[in-house]
Order: sequence, then structure tokens, then C-alpha cells
Amino acid sequence: MLRLDGVTVRFGARVAVDAVSLDVADHEIVCVLGPSGSGKSTLLRAVAGLQPVDAGRVLLDGADQAGVPVHRRGLGLMFQDHQLFPQRDVGGNVAFGLRMRGVSRKEQAARVAELLDLVGLPGAERRAVAALSGGEQQRVALARALAPSPRLLMLDEPLGQLDRGLRERLVVELRHLFGRLGTTVLAVTHDQGEAFALADRVVVMRDGRIAQSGTPLEVWRRPASEFVARFLGFDNVVEATVSGEAADTVWGKVPVPAGSPQGGRQVLVRPAGVRLGDPADGLRCTVEARTFRGHHVAVRLRPDAGPPLEAECALRDAPDEGAVVGVTFTSDEVVVLS
Amino acid sequence: MVLARPEVTCGALRVGLMVLPVAFFAVFFAYPVAAIVGRGLKSDGIWQFGRLGEVLSRPDILDVLWFTTWQALASTALTLLIALPGAYVFARFDFPGKQVLRAVVTVPFVLPTVVVGTAFLALVGRGGLTDELWGLRLDTTVWAILLAHVFFNYAVVIRTVGGLWSQLDPRQEEAARVLGASRFEAWRRVTLPALAPAVAAAALMVFLFTYTSFGVVQILGGPAYTTLEAEIYRQTAQLLDLPTAAVLTLVQFVAVAAILAVHARTVRRRETALKLVDAAQTARRPRGAGQWALLGAVLLTVVLLLLLPLGVLVARSFGGADGLAYYRALQDAGAGGGTFLVPPVEAIGNSLQYALAATGIALLIGGLAATALTRRAGRLVRGFDALLMLPLGVSAVTVGFGFLIALDEPPLDLRSSWILVPLAQALVGVPFVIRTMLPVLRAVDARLREAAAVLGASPWRVWREVDLPLVRRAVLVAAGFAFAVSLGEFGATVFIARPDNPTLPVAVARLLGRPGELNYGQAMALSTILMAVCAVALLLLERIRTDRSGEL
Repeated sequence: MLRLDGVTVRFGARVAVDAVSLDVADHEIVCVLGPSGSGKSTLLRAVAGLQPVDAGRVLLDGADQAGVPVHRRGLGLMFQDHQLFPQRDVGGNVAFGLRMRGVSRKEQAARVAELLDLVGLPGAERRAVAALSGGEQQRVALARALAPSPRLLMLDEPLGQLDRGLRERLVVELRHLFGRLGTTVLAVTHDQGEAFALADRVVVMRDGRIAQSGTPLEVWRRPASEFVARFLGFDNVVEATVSGEAADTVWGKVPVPAGSPQGGRQVLVRPAGVRLGDPADGLRCTVEARTFRGHHVAVRLRPDAGPPLEAECALRDAPDEGAVVGVTFTSDEVVVLS
Repeated sequence: MVLARPEVTCGALRVGLMVLPVAFFAVFFAYPVAAIVGRGLKSDGIWQFGRLGEVLSRPDILDVLWFTTWQALASTALTLLIALPGAYVFARFDFPGKQVLRAVVTVPFVLPTVVVGTAFLALVGRGGLTDELWGLRLDTTVWAILLAHVFFNYAVVIRTVGGLWSQLDPRQEEAARVLGASRFEAWRRVTLPALAPAVAAAALMVFLFTYTSFGVVQILGGPAYTTLEAEIYRQTAQLLDLPTAAVLTLVQFVAVAAILAVHARTVRRRETALKLVDAAQTARRPRGAGQWALLGAVLLTVVLLLLLPLGVLVARSFGGADGLAYYRALQDAGAGGGTFLVPPVEAIGNSLQYALAATGIALLIGGLAATALTRRAGRLVRGFDALLMLPLGVSAVTVGFGFLIALDEPPLDLRSSWILVPLAQALVGVPFVIRTMLPVLRAVDARLREAAAVLGASPWRVWREVDLPLVRRAVLVAAGFAFAVSLGEFGATVFIARPDNPTLPVAVARLLGRPGELNYGQAMALSTILMAVCAVALLLLERIRTDRSGEL
């Protein structure tokens, strides 16, 4: 469907997208995940033709898109802040792409009604866009992008501006909807929760390059680098020398899963793999802080040596601040980073 | 399918849009002005730059330069002094009739300078209202000119400063108050700095308009007070001293270019991020004796300074046996002792036709230029932006006379063509069109256009579907301004309007130049008609006013 082949975009001396190659298959939902400034939005704009490509090729269905202007690419793009046309009502917004393609009035009306139904706003055609809530604008923007049946739908921070509860609900709805319609989707977001819930495949970007690509589970279970691990919120990363099923670190011996890469590496211990016990056994740590996180408590530990550690434990097991505990590690929550 | 790369198309498009405006300004502005300057400074094909020094060392010319500058400074200071409290009242107070009053104070700005001069003549001139009541005449003093300038430019300050003031978030001041600032301290530290660029921009505009003042000075100045522009007219039309006129034109050109350069810089600073809110949320009903007194003082100023002159003008236009004698005399070519070849009333039709044609030209040229300038770009485009403002300040007299001597040969022999007048008037209208449309076009979110393009709209359709609906109101406002300005244009038209086809301002000036009560009365009557036409155009505009059209 979509193939990026060494795509590079420069802004002056700065390289925003650096030789990115990426394939999106038919009906696949790919989510580009990265911090702000990682070049993910620029990537979308390059695919849409809104941003000229300095090197590399963008191919859609095998056809090189160089020289094809934006309006002939047949894509859908949902902007971060929706960009609904303020002077048109909901129906006028959704019908816009159809009008541009010369669809008859009757077909337009039918398609608009169908799409508003699909996004859960039946009969909203005559409403003014200014009177819509954030979530409703979101739905109208989605309907507008979907109406001309684009071969590829692109979403720029699709749920960025909505509040948390709505976001979590919508992301499920979206995935369900795309699955039903068989839409091919390329989305970008900085929110890992959103990416993991939406995507078949997650592409993590850093400084214009792809840092890791894989299914949400793969990326979550086996972050490829310290950057990906930290971006996913895992801070227990330490230098290590791996030999066999143990890694030698400043925190002492850490057990690693069988078949891990050997030698000088970095090791990630997920908070769930940090066990707290009696100070006599394991790594001696002082409890610096505890943060209530609802179903668990995050405990920040200061070991006698090495970087701080974060542990996760049940509320009733959580030690008080200032307490001294002994830490052991469980191998199934440890990842050797390559 | 071979298509150009998008960025190439965009650049080519912009160049294409600029072709017509550039050609228009080259042929109808730069060429005539250059021709007349050349005619004045060249003899036997050799540039005589020595004349610059010669002319500029003449005491009478130095007097003119000195007077032009100090009266412009005094007019600007006086306008700010009188109009700034008004700007505050319009921005922050809510009172019945505010909308109507806002339209009323704008009427003088679009009034032809000739009418303004005539109105003040009727108020403080010989046989005027104050002369009759108290024997007080100001038309031989500089005060008449200064007051007329305040009258004319009151709206500039109200619209530029008041427009921004009403959109400043009052909570910024409240935040300062909570942090311990007194009411005055909060205003001085928070509001004033935010307002300062707008005040500076307004002051520069007023300075520009008063520096190049012609019609007002021509009627109220008498022999004692002459501005640069009026002197250029005298040297050209009466003394036929082209070298002196050419030097003065150059002086004015340099001065105006300098003012515009400072103005462009100020406007850019004004565009820096300010937290703006909807103007409707910031106005409150006045509270306490002080605020009511301020409102009363502003209303009194408006009545005395703006409404009274116009009222007197209208009153003076009714006279003679049954009160309508002057209006009736307008229909008779011979009534004023052979001032005209045609009945003066025909000037109304002429003016309307010319103004409509000029509005069309100004909208086309200004619209194309504004569209091309929409996307902010490099220094070159910014420079062009300022360049388009030049016709506002460059001697209209020079342009008019330049038309006569430059556009008289094939292929551009337009001397006998009626289009000459609208072309000259459009020159003054174009800057207004650009100033009105550009802020609105620039305020259109670029990503809205991108959204349309992704949905399949070609560049032309993007413009039609996204830009046009959003700027339609601004286009109408621009058209109204261009129409009013064309209708009142005097400096250039006075040269090129043919005797059998006078425009309203030209006819008024000609009537005032003749002795006799009937001529005077006819001038008042014609001015009243001109004012009514302008006021109707403006009131129509006020109904469709956009908030972002406040640059002028």
C-alpha cells in the first residue's frame, strides 16, 4: 500500500526525517510513536505531499508520488486540531471531499448520512461546527476524512486534545471501526497508551529515525534500546555484563532470561520485577518516595550503589518512606537491551 | 501524468499573481512620477541635481517644510490627546447606541478632504457659525487646520487603538492587581506596553495623512499656511515651476518612505503574540461618577468636534428663498456665473461612475496583491508590502500631473480617455484594499488550506472554498473603503478630470474658488450630497464590519 524508501526531510541544516524506510500493508494499522520533535508529524506531511521530500521516495500502490500534488494523492488526513471548516456546517464539512471528486448531490447526502451514523452523530448535518464539543469535532473530522474512501487514512495525534476518559473510549471505537471498514491507517502519536491500543504495528521514532518497529506486544516486552525503554516509561536501566543467565551490574547479580544476548549490554528491569524483602537479603535500598497509582504503589528506591530503582507493589506491601529494604530481581521481568 | 512539483507551482503561482499589480504600479505610478521628476530635474538631457540644493535653500521653501512638519506633529499630538480617551471608552464601556456612534465617528475618515475643509469653513470661517455668534474666525489661523485634521483622523485612533484595546484580555490586568499592583500601576505595566505599538502605528498613520494634507489646507490654509503637497500644486499648476515642484516631490517621497518604513516595523511588532479575546466580553457598563463623566466628555467631544461641523455644513446648504435654492442652482450650468460647462449636478453621476470603476480596479489589483502576499516570506515580499503603501503618501498632485505628461503617447495615450480618472483614484484605493484584506487572509490557518488540499481541492479550489468565504466580508469592507476614497480623491483628480466631466470634490473646490453667495451655497449643497453618499456607503459597511479589519 504505502512504501517509504529512504525518505529524508531537512529544515535548513536540521534533519527532521532521516532516511526513513517503512511499509504499510493493506488494512494494516501502523502507529508512529515518538516524543515531540522526533519527526513523526513531518513524516505524515511528507506522505500527504504537504512537505517536499529532500531525498528518497514515497510510493502509494507502487507508484512514485514525486510530482503528484496533494489533492491528487487520494489520501485522508485527520489533523491534530481537526481543522474543520468554520463557515460550513457538519454536513458541509463531511461532504467536502466528495464535492471535490464531483460526486452527485444525492450520493453526497447519502454518504454523509452514512458516515455520521458510523461515527455516532446521526442527523447532525445541519449543526454548526463551532457548537460541537471536542469529542464531536473529533468524530466529524474523522467522518470528513473517511467520506471519500481514501486508500490510506492518516491521523495526526488523533486523540491528543481530548480528556482521558473520552480518549480511552474513542481509541477502542476507532480500532473497531477501522477493523470493520478494512481501512489502512498510518497514525502518529506521542501517547504510548494510544499507540498500543490502536495499532497492529508500532514504529518508535527518535530524532527522525526509526528506533524500533514491531507489534505492540513485542515493543512492550522487548524494547530494543535504552531510548525506547525510557520512552515507554521504564527507568530501571543499568550497564551490565551478561554471561549465561546472569548479568553483572552495580545492583549486583541480576538474573536474565535464557537465550539473552551476551557480553557488555544494558539491562532493563521492569518495576514489576523488583521484589522487596528483608534488608538482610539482596540489594540494600532506602525508600525515597512512594506514589499511589490506584491499583498499585510505585516505590522509588535509592540503592547503596548505582542509579535509583523503581518498584511496583501492592498497597498493603508498600514500605514507608525512609524504610530500608532488600531488593531481589525476577528474571521474567528483565530484558537485555541490544 | 506530468505535474510540476508542488513548491514550484506555488512559487510560480505567486509570481503570476504579482504580475498584474506590479505592472499596474510600474505604469500608473512609478512611470508618471519618474516622468515628472525627470521633467523637472533634467534639462538638455542632463540631470541637474544642483537644483536640489538650490530649491532647498530658498527661505520660502524652508518655511513650507517647517510648517508642514510642525503642523503634522501638532495635529498628531492633538489627535492622540483627544481620541485616546475615546478609544478607551469605545473599548471598555458598554452603552446604548455604541454601534451607531462607532459608525458616526468613522464617517469623517472617509469624507473627501474637500468636504472636511468646507465643513470647517462653514463652522469657523468667514460668515461661519462662530463668526455670526461671537465674531470668532479661525480660518486665518492654524487652528482651523489642526481641528480639521483631528476631525479627519479621530477614527484612525479609535479603530486602530480601540480595536486592539477591546480585545486585550482584562484578566491580564487583574493578574497584575492580584500580584499587588495598583489600578494605575497595572494599566501602566500591563496594558500600556501591549497598546504602545498600536498607538505608535496610529500616530504614524495620522502623521502621514496630515503631512501630505492637501484638500483641507487648500481650503482653510489661505496664503499664510501651505503644506508641501499644497505647495507642489501651486508650483505646478499656478507658477508652472516644474523644477521646484520636482524637488518638493522628491522631498515628500523620501519623508513618506521613511514614515512608512517605521510604520511597517511598528506593525510587525504589533503582530507579536498578544493574548486576544472576543471584544464583546471585555466591555462593561460604566460604573461610578468618574467613568460616567469620562463617557460624557467623550460624547460631548464627538458632538462638538465631529457632528457640529457636519451639521453646520448641512444647515448652510439650505438657503435662498425657499431653502432649496442652492440645490436647484446645481442643475443649472450658468447659475454660478459660468463656473461650469455642465450643470454641477452632473458631477454626482460622474463621481459615482468613476468611483465604481476605480473600486473595481482597486479590488482586482489589491486582491491579487493581497493573495500573493498572504504567505509570509522573505525580505523581498515584505519590502513590496511597504511599497504598495507608497501611493497613500506620495504627492497625489504629482501623480495627477504625471498622468498628463507621461500617458500622452501611443500606446498609452489615455489623456482623452475617461479611464484616466478611475486609474488615478484606484492608486489610492489599492493600499486600503490590501490593508483590509491582508490581516484577514493571514489569519486563515494554513492548515485549513492543507486540510482542503488533502481532501482533493486543487489550489484554485482551495482559494475559492477556504479563503474566499472567510474573506468575503473583508472584501466588501475593502470595496467600501476603496469606493469612499475614490469618491473623495482630489489631488490627482483635480488635474485630470476634464472640465466637462468634473467630479464632486473638484466641483466643490471650483465653486469655493468663485466669489458670491450662490457659489458658496452650491458648494455646501454639493458637499452635503457627497457626504451623504459617503455616509450611506459607510453605514452599509458598518453592518458587515469584521473585527479583524482594523488596521486602518
